Amino acid sequence: METFIHRIDQVGAQERVSRLFSRSIKKESKIDALNTVLSMIDLTTLEGKDSPGKVKQLCYKAAHLHDQFPNLPSVAAICVYPTMVPIAKKALENTNINVASVATAFPAGMTSLEYKLEEVKRVVVDGADEVDMVISRGKFLRGEYNYVSDEISLVKEACGQAHLKVILETGELVTLDNVRLASDLAMEAGADFIKTSTGKVSPAATPPVVLIMLEAIRDYYKKTGKKIGMKPAGGISKAKLAIQYLVMIKETLGQDWLDADLFRFGASSLANDVLMQIVKQSTGVYQSANYFSID
Amino acid sequence: MNKKINKSDFKTDWSYSPAPESTDHIKIVKKNDLFINGKFMPPEKGKYFKTINPANEQKLADVAEADKSDVDKAVKAARKAYDKVWSKMDPSERGKYIYRIARLIQERAREFSVIETMDGGKPIRESRDIDIPLVSAHFFYYAGWADKLSYAFPGKQAKPIGVAGQIIPWNFPLLMAAWKLAPALATGNTVVLKPAETTPLTAMKLAEIIQEADLPPGVVNIINGDGKTGRAIVEHEDINKIAFTGSTDVGKMIMKSVAGTGKKYTLELGGKAANIIFEDAAIDQAVEGIIDGIFFNQGHVCCAGSRLFVQESVADTVISKLKDRMESLIVGDPLDKNTDIGAINSKMQLEKIKMYVDIGQKEGGSVHQSSCGLPEKGYWHAPTLFTDVSQSHRIVQEEIFGPVLAIQTFRTVDEVIAKANNTPFGLSGGVWTDKGSKIFQVSKSIRAGVLWANTFNKFDPTSPFGGYKESGMGREGGLEGLMPYVNLV
Repeated sequence: METFIHRIDQVGAQERVSRLFSRSIKKESKIDALNTVLSMIDLTTLEGKDSPGKVKQLCYKAAHLHDQFPNLPSVAAICVYPTMVPIAKKALENTNINVASVATAFPAGMTSLEYKLEEVKRVVVDGADEVDMVISRGKFLRGEYNYVSDEISLVKEACGQAHLKVILETGELVTLDNVRLASDLAMEAGADFIKTSTGKVSPAATPPVVLIMLEAIRDYYKKTGKKIGMKPAGGISKAKLAIQYLVMIKETLGQDWLDADLFRFGASSLANDVLMQIVKQSTGVYQSANYFSID
Repeated sequence: MNKKINKSDFKTDWSYSPAPESTDHIKIVKKNDLFINGKFMPPEKGKYFKTINPANEQKLADVAEADKSDVDKAVKAARKAYDKVWSKMDPSERGKYIYRIARLIQERAREFSVIETMDGGKPIRESRDIDIPLVSAHFFYYAGWADKLSYAFPGKQAKPIGVAGQIIPWNFPLLMAAWKLAPALATGNTVVLKPAETTPLTAMKLAEIIQEADLPPGVVNIINGDGKTGRAIVEHEDINKIAFTGSTDVGKMIMKSVAGTGKKYTLELGGKAANIIFEDAAIDQAVEGIIDGIFFNQGHVCCAGSRLFVQESVADTVISKLKDRMESLIVGDPLDKNTDIGAINSKMQLEKIKMYVDIGQKEGGSVHQSSCGLPEKGYWHAPTLFTDVSQSHRIVQEEIFGPVLAIQTFRTVDEVIAKANNTPFGLSGGVWTDKGSKIFQVSKSIRAGVLWANTFNKFDPTSPFGGYKESGMGREGGLEGLMPYVNLV
């Protein structure tokens, strides 16, 4: 770990966020940003009532965001529950869209390590390109950091070639000091991405939390030269907020992270708001939401 | 990754498009006269000087230069208004006028912000979000005191002093006018105000608002000019009180000049604040505080955190983060909403800053500047820091008043307190630590008027501001800010 403890001042973090979010993004920079946001989306459906039909529809949408506008990028990945991985894999066969699966007894992670590892191996065999695991928050809050760290390492091993995103569930970690510590711990243990939330706990991704995680990634990169990715998830449904996050990335981590390989938005309804803004930038008027498919 | 993600063909170097604040709604008076006795009038000698936009060196307007006879006229108007109207007025009525000024400034905040930025070079983000909101906040705050002075000074009667001569600087032009005017008016004094010669325009707009607020003629008189005009105000025999914000050298001249005259005075002068980062601080937030401490308003801040002390164990980390952060500062068009650092206020000031950077290098300091490009026209200076300097270096001892930071390291609390106090100045300071007890220990040991803990450069009208030692005397802001404008009987 680091040679000194990373302390976080919440007031200062919030001030920095306000400052970053006051950037004015207009004209070409806005159009570039909107396209970039689209390419970074992990289009997500994580509900108990998800059906194969719904997943197939989502996969089609992922590759055909708004066919009236050619040259739009596709989203980065589809994020689903383990049982939906084979369906998504097949539906996305001829695209360059990844399949991400949540695993390790998402969202609470309240099961034994063996089952978690078994689940991870299964989704990888089924074709998941990316695995979104949850950390054991109970152990973390009890101070059993080694347990949490070992668990991440073992999951990483079970992932094989698949990329590992580690969900910290920051809404349950509560303090920014905890967020920072959990971020450091996950990166040291082998995370390819660190991710804020499951989307099942409120608050999900908040701007100060994302800032602190980006700063942790920056410090880790400075120390090791390794570039870890970041994924805020939950509650990001508006294009404006997504663009503000791009500003935060640019001014915290630099240009390299403005890339779907290193940054993702976990979101279900963000894509349509971004599409609406893209159409508005081109035509000058907002179209009704009915013109954008809701798959 | 198993598949290569489709990233389309976006630019790989995403940058912000220009987002300039509109100037269409701004009316700058091309020829600004003197504001005396509630009217705009030409100067006796008919002399005008020009004021320019330091970001592009273009002329903005002509401004009347007041000489001795104009100063005399202004003081006479102020005296008459004091004797006949303002000192006799029911305090709650005085308060109403001040509230009115506060509201009118709020209503026209955007206009004031844009003019402040054009005339002075500061980024619109600061004039819009900091300067102008604080201006109206000051008027609101002191308007409230006008009829409550007996609560401010229990058991005493607070009587006004008379005519106040107020001389203000160019770094926060309208804000310094508000700091001076609001308490003086609330306590029943009348005023002759002289803005700095490089930034007269917002004060002239304020004169319009004072007319609009229907303030009795002569209560506030605003006249422009350079040091000569200032001297005529200081030396005028019918002025009862001098309030000055500016350099320590001029402050000393004023003290000499008013000695033995019975004039009261308050001086808010230079500074060389210590900003102290302990190893147990929240480092990323402290880095923001360092940036804000030295680069706010291009470093044209008397309470700037220009001497940085970093505890040795975190020094490499802090300095490396600081250099990274400096790269993300946007230097350029002050009217662009994304600009962090605007133009240096004047050619003279730019030369002074460059002179100090030269001195720092000649004395063996290691200099680092952000790699930002600077516009060709106008006065600009890149954010700069020095390492390998000591308390013996001139850039550590003297006020530069620009975006230049001098960094030293330390090991113990006692050492850093001694060094922080090892300066003729004592205006402000900063302490960064996660440990509450250390905040109290350090802040009570540093002889400075304002100490910020885990933040920097925060201002509020309720909080007194002022210096120890050569940073001045008297306080502005808060209840204490009333004291220099009253005689207690």
